[in-house]
Amino acid sequence: MNKQEEQLNALNDIRNIMDRSSRFISLSGLSGVFAGFTALLGAYLAHIEIADYVNGKYTYGQSDLNLEFSLIKIGLAVLIVALVGGLLLTLRQTKKKNLPFWDRTTKNLLINLAIPLISGGLFIIALLLVHPRSYGLIAPSCLVFYGLALINASKYTYSDIRFLGFCEVVLGLIAMFNIGYGLYFWATGFGFLHIFYGTIMYFKYERAK
Amino acid sequence: MKNPIEALNKIFDSRIRLGVMSVLVVNDSVSFNELKQLLELTDGNLASHLNTLEQAQYLKVQKSFIGKKTNTTYMLTELGRHAFKTHLDALEKMIKGI
Repeated sequence: MNKQEEQLNALNDIRNIMDRSSRFISLSGLSGVFAGFTALLGAYLAHIEIADYVNGKYTYGQSDLNLEFSLIKIGLAVLIVALVGGLLLTLRQTKKKNLPFWDRTTKNLLINLAIPLISGGLFIIALLLVHPRSYGLIAPSCLVFYGLALINASKYTYSDIRFLGFCEVVLGLIAMFNIGYGLYFWATGFGFLHIFYGTIMYFKYERAK
Repeated sequence: MKNPIEALNKIFDSRIRLGVMSVLVVNDSVSFNELKQLLELTDGNLASHLNTLEQAQYLKVQKSFIGKKTNTTYMLTELGRHAFKTHLDALEKMIKGI
């Protein structure tokens, strides 16, 4: 009997070490929730901006370009706030779990996240610069590339991220067929889905222990 | 009935060697320092266990330099991968059997 328990412990150790050495397990669910709320706030600000534009609050001489610029500013602000918030929450998590923050698992995660994300970013920049009438495609392609990035990165962190990735891709594809509602899809994908998944992750991996 | 402990590998009796194999089976190549950090061991302790595994031809060693410091990385051989899998299967069978 004692022998059995010993071997069970050994198996437990093996699984633990495999996980710790190949997956980034300090990703904080709260960072997802935080990013979600930031995205919703950003979507709201963008909504106001677009409404102003449609209602003719932009004065004479201000063009589509001004709208694009203010939208890009909002987008960048959302990105920075969400990234910094997520980073801080995840750092706190690594301290709690007493794991190193920067090791091979972090590198693996970031590299694999970056490949589709950077391709997507360049794709969208090309849409903005070279295809001026195609801004309807921006929100859907954000979602699709982001989803692909999550799917690609899911091998190097919690596998739940994979399902979030699938949801983002599907949402992006639906948005592709409903051009003109980009902001709503954007808010759903980056806002609500993040909050939803972040909450699940929080209760699954952080609350339980 | 066959003795369930028979298929267990003597080399993996040590927790540390089992740990090294667990890390290597899910990572292509791992450096000495990364192993040390993951398994929370001292240099000498880890080195002697790595030696045993190397002599059993379960892992390949690759030495290179980063600047002036040596950087030693370890990889699993096919033999090692097979031995580890057999050992885990035997463990599983044994636990289920009792």
